[in-house]
Amino acid sequence: MKLTLKIWRQANSKVKGKLFEYSISDVSPDMSFLEMMDVLNEELIQKGDDPIAFDHDCREGICGMCSMFINGQAHGPDRLVTTCQLHMRKFKDGDTITIEPFRANAFPVIKDLVVDRSSFERIQQAGGFISINTSGNTQDANSIPIEKNDADDAFDAATCIGCGACVASCKNASAMLFVSAKVSQYALLPQGKVEATNRVLNMVKQMDEEGFGNCTNTGACEVECPKGISLENIARMNREYLGASIKSK
Amino acid sequence: MISSSVSRKITMAISGLFLVIFLAQHFTINITSVFSEKTFNELSHFMGTNPLVQFVLQPILIFGVVYHFLMGFYLEIINRSSRNIKYSFYKGSSNSSWMSRNMIISGLVILSFLGLHFYDFWFPEIDYKYLKILPENPERYYEELVHKFNNPIRVVLYVISFVFLALHLLHGFDSAFQSIGVNNKYSIAIKKGTTIFSLIIPLGFVFIALFHYLNHG
Repeated sequence: MKLTLKIWRQANSKVKGKLFEYSISDVSPDMSFLEMMDVLNEELIQKGDDPIAFDHDCREGICGMCSMFINGQAHGPDRLVTTCQLHMRKFKDGDTITIEPFRANAFPVIKDLVVDRSSFERIQQAGGFISINTSGNTQDANSIPIEKNDADDAFDAATCIGCGACVASCKNASAMLFVSAKVSQYALLPQGKVEATNRVLNMVKQMDEEGFGNCTNTGACEVECPKGISLENIARMNREYLGASIKSK
Repeated sequence: MISSSVSRKITMAISGLFLVIFLAQHFTINITSVFSEKTFNELSHFMGTNPLVQFVLQPILIFGVVYHFLMGFYLEIINRSSRNIKYSFYKGSSNSSWMSRNMIISGLVILSFLGLHFYDFWFPEIDYKYLKILPENPERYYEELVHKFNNPIRVVLYVISFVFLALHLLHGFDSAFQSIGVNNKYSIAIKKGTTIFSLIIPLGFVFIALFHYLNHG
């Protein structure tokens, strides 16, 4: 396949970026999208040009590092995949592909297609944990009875890899799907109940401080999420928040 | 409490649900004008003169309307400013409905309509009752209604507004349940019910406007 790529280039967070056009040929339909980017970068390096910076790590849809906005969609046109799981067979010979970084004020561009998603880390640090005694007396989680549906829902929420596709896809750059998944995975389990009140209040507070937008229930996040995190989690977070607001001192 | 994004969302939903209830009540009274002049006059007279409606429910309604649109504008400003550099290619239609992405547009049309509607009915009513303090005539309401729908331009503006009301409700009514935390086994039934309401009520208002224009215009 021969493709035309329009790729966002930006030297660093201080300068303005813009789209640059590249042509690439001999692209195999069996390549992953990141492999195609690797080939392009090889060509750029051989020409003495600066290769395109993009995030990647596991390349098997687990780590949540890859983060491109491809032809108007986070992680490209396929469903339930990350960019590393997207294959070039999803495109046609002669296609023009526009590649931009995930855009949100809370995700500033570091370079080219690499964005700083440490705002997610700070939200996690605000309450996305349980305080347990790790001195050797920790209770075996398997000995705590948990209703099957709750365990399944908690696991579904915990599959969120924190890639930020929800933020990138949302017209408001809202992070509520991510935060609600993290709130839900603890709220559904007995271990998480002890700190539930402060957790949801603190995580939402941090989310707002990071400059994410408000959720308007467009549902774009759920559709674009590579892990299929459901909007049910946002409804659960809203209930948790309402209850916590009333209970908190 | 409304300092956080979640609480703003919840209050937006509650005010919206309140306005939906008002809409259903307004429609119920208006549709009687198609079947019975007498019933319409009686109901309108009751609503226009009952102290509980006039001095308790009406101020609550005005607060609900003002809160809903002021918060809507505020949220729109915050949301737009949360992404300073826009995408050069954003394919919103691939993952969300036009209605859900453009609530501000349908909302602005409804707000403009409210201006016209107040000019047509509410301001003259306030003038009649509280400024000129004219003697109450329980028979006047039907004539006032019919008179307004003589004008084809007004009828067209009303019909356009009701179309946008339907678009606003198609996303907003169902979305309000999600905002207050209702997303469960009943959600499919809620979605169907809110969709039917969102189509029936605005189309019913269109019918009323066209009925009076065609029969009395």
